[in-house]
Amino acid sequence: MNAVSKEAPERQEIEALLPWHAAGTLNRRDRERVERAIANDSDLARRLMLVREEQQETIHLNESLGVPSARAMEKLFAAIEAEGAPAPVRRPFDLAGRISAFLSGFAPRTIAYAAAAATVAFFLQTAVLTTVLVKDQPDGTTELAAAKLTSNVHAVVRFAPQATSSEIVSLLNAHGAEVVNGPGRNGTFDIRFTNDPPKPEIVKVVQRMQSQTRVVEFIATKGL
Amino acid sequence: MQATSDEELIGRIASGDRLAMQVLFARHHVRVYRFVLRLVRDESLAEDLISEVFLDVWRQAGRFEGRSAVPTWLLAIARFKALTALRRKPDEELDEEAAAAIEDQSDDPEVTLAKKDKSAVLRKCLEGLSAEHREIIDLVYYHEKSVEEVAGIVGIPENTVKTRMFYARKRLAELLKAAGIERGWP
Repeated sequence: MNAVSKEAPERQEIEALLPWHAAGTLNRRDRERVERAIANDSDLARRLMLVREEQQETIHLNESLGVPSARAMEKLFAAIEAEGAPAPVRRPFDLAGRISAFLSGFAPRTIAYAAAAATVAFFLQTAVLTTVLVKDQPDGTTELAAAKLTSNVHAVVRFAPQATSSEIVSLLNAHGAEVVNGPGRNGTFDIRFTNDPPKPEIVKVVQRMQSQTRVVEFIATKGL
Repeated sequence: MQATSDEELIGRIASGDRLAMQVLFARHHVRVYRFVLRLVRDESLAEDLISEVFLDVWRQAGRFEGRSAVPTWLLAIARFKALTALRRKPDEELDEEAAAAIEDQSDDPEVTLAKKDKSAVLRKCLEGLSAEHREIIDLVYYHEKSVEEVAGIVGIPENTVKTRMFYARKRLAELLKAAGIERGWP
């Protein structure tokens, strides 16, 4: 018979949970069970100290393993470049779930203000982007700018929720950019620079736009 | 400024965003590397494997459903890659590595010297555990994975996770005892 089976099942169970208690990864119910047991059992408390020693040295051992060389990253991104964009996968989009998860981090009052501001911003952005995307033709008809330009995308951008329509237009004009497609998944828009600059210049312009955090939430080069 | 969540990065990666891939790689590659290295015990192979892990993420990001946290998903992929790589290794290489790991503690001058330093002996004994026991100890103590997460990564029931952890610790206590350290447990 081993040492475990000599002890009461409840105590065995508590002892089995000690490593997770030390690591702080128990759920609330189990954490409280372990804490109550330790408070009334000095031997169990001593065993927790042994667990903590093991934990400390395991962390020390892993930290001493060092870090991988740059070769791992170079190999990865060379493979990604060779492979191109991942194949699109159609999957159900749980919009309600995502919004709910996002909003759960805010206080109710914050949510109320943010919702009102976001509604205004959404309609303003929709209006301005419709203006940008839908171009009047000489014969009085309209067509989507994207229809002509999707083959020459330079970057993908997501505008900050608080950005106003005039700020978006100013930013695009200031950097010689125009929206050619969108909104895509995650509310992103494809943009191109009208003077078709060389790659290094595109990277610089994208970096400059990235610094405009009031208007740009996210931007990255695309198709270079 | 709030950092972009791992789940958001995966969403961007699914749409071909290389920048998001760089951020995810920068955030997690060291821990994934260390997890793999502890399993395969070969730095060069571990580097190759983490490239493969993140390449799989690039390819499969669109299929990620968020049923587990991203770091847990990464470790599950990494574990599969490491075990597959180990299966490809010739048996004699594995035998040599196992022999190197399970040294005769009583004849090891390093251990004899280190007896004065309990921490060093403990680390030496942690290295001497089997791959299965090293793995679970690392997942719980270093990677801070819950019982449920370990079960998901290793592919075993939650009760087996607890039992395996117990026996890993018991084996560790035996190795410590053989090295001259009696802990009074189990």
